[in-house]
Amino acid sequence: MNRFSYARPGSVADAVRELAGHPAAKVIAGGTNLVDLMKYNVERPTHLVDVGRLPGLKEIEEAGEGLRIGALVSNTAAAYDERVKERYPLLSSAILAGASPQLRNAATTGGNLLQRTRCYYFYDPATPCNKREPGSGCPAKNGQNRILAILGTSEHCIATHPSDMCVALAALEAVVKVVGPNGERSIPMADFHRLPGNMPEKDTNLHADEIILGVELPEPRFAKHYTYLKLRDRLSYAFALVSVAAALEMDGDTIGEARIALGGVAHKPWRVEEAEMMLRGKTADRRVFAAVAERILEGAQGFGHNDFKVDLARRAVIRALSQAARGTPQSQTDKRIQ
Amino acid sequence: MADLELKTRQGFAPDAGHESGASALPDEIPITLTVNGRRQELHVRPWTTLLDLLREDMSLYGTKKGCDHGQCGACTVLIDGQRMNSCLALAVTKDGSEITTIEGLASPDGTLHPLQEAFIEHDAFQCGYCTPGQICSGVALLREGHAKTAEEIREHMSGNLCRCGAYTNIVDAIESVMAKETAK
Repeated sequence: MNRFSYARPGSVADAVRELAGHPAAKVIAGGTNLVDLMKYNVERPTHLVDVGRLPGLKEIEEAGEGLRIGALVSNTAAAYDERVKERYPLLSSAILAGASPQLRNAATTGGNLLQRTRCYYFYDPATPCNKREPGSGCPAKNGQNRILAILGTSEHCIATHPSDMCVALAALEAVVKVVGPNGERSIPMADFHRLPGNMPEKDTNLHADEIILGVELPEPRFAKHYTYLKLRDRLSYAFALVSVAAALEMDGDTIGEARIALGGVAHKPWRVEEAEMMLRGKTADRRVFAAVAERILEGAQGFGHNDFKVDLARRAVIRALSQAARGTPQSQTDKRIQ
Repeated sequence: MADLELKTRQGFAPDAGHESGASALPDEIPITLTVNGRRQELHVRPWTTLLDLLREDMSLYGTKKGCDHGQCGACTVLIDGQRMNSCLALAVTKDGSEITTIEGLASPDGTLHPLQEAFIEHDAFQCGYCTPGQICSGVALLREGHAKTAEEIREHMSGNLCRCGAYTNIVDAIESVMAKETAK
């Protein structure tokens, strides 16, 4: 690990000032991703701003008809919160599908949003990587790309975002609240993470001098018909090859509002609103689900080792929509897929 | 807490000379940790992990370094009652916390924790390297109350790998303590 200085500001305002005064600083809270990356010399901050104890960010509170989850709420606390379980079980399920109990205890809501990719080349400073070192190249395209993206890639980067939580937040249309030197602003989940384009080093639209305050969930609508289906190389404690968050409003067999977000396939949680619209007013039916899956995967392209993901994602969407329509969400303990 | 604010407000000097090999390292930062019931004043560099502090500075070798990247669970300890990977926790960020390691689970008179007894009873280890992490993790699992069945215990122990493959007996050991606690 490189050498760095450390500060633990006592208020959000002090933290923002501290960050503004140190351009090469990084924010640390749980540290589960940052410390790991620092040990690999992928991240080399000269200064750490410890936001882990900032007051007012550890609460889960009512926010209008929705719920606000503070940036410092641990993944465990969010997943097991009674209000989250009752009103946003999709979020609870997605969080529990990720990492291990130890990591979920340490990891925070804000930190989960800012997780970096698990691309092998990004993690290995001995290899080029446009995300780690802009302009150095992307060996993943012709290399070991089994775990990498099939949608929204660019010639510069085919990394995926590794979070499960974020896939559920995207489907639920959560809004990320942030604060910087110019005050607070709100970023809808759809705009929070970026596609790589020609700036793969930039994962999100959060500015370098901004701090996440929390996420706001809108009015709950999908507490009955939802699922988080995660497919991976081992049944627990592994990143998704493909995951699907599906949420439906159902009136008998007829679908109302529908949301589908995919994880493990792109640089951000992948949503195609046009595909969701195809479900509105339709009877829940496998043929309809197949057409929706086809639309979501339009333009999907593998890079060799990850070619299988296109078909896997298509099938996962169909299965997830069936689970959601039936009201039988995927169990995160019993991994058999019904 | 007021004292803590004072201490941290000033920040700590950056390491200007590090790259050139010159001397100036950042000051050591004073922290307080209560480790296995004993409150201790310590001075740490900002990059020292809790795992390295426990093993190298406090001679608590029970907590193991496996992968050192949060993937194996061998370094699991309880931080303010919650199980965490000590390899991914910078010690300075845990200032003021209560830490329990494998050395702190037995009673002061030497009576083992029921889960330690159960690991012996059920032969829940072979080489033993992952065992301290498995036991700390299992103790937390029992307190958390989210896992009730063998299947759930497996899922909630998924953060602790055992290369010897003692999983079956580890689950049995945890299940046996859970059954005794339920019967109480």
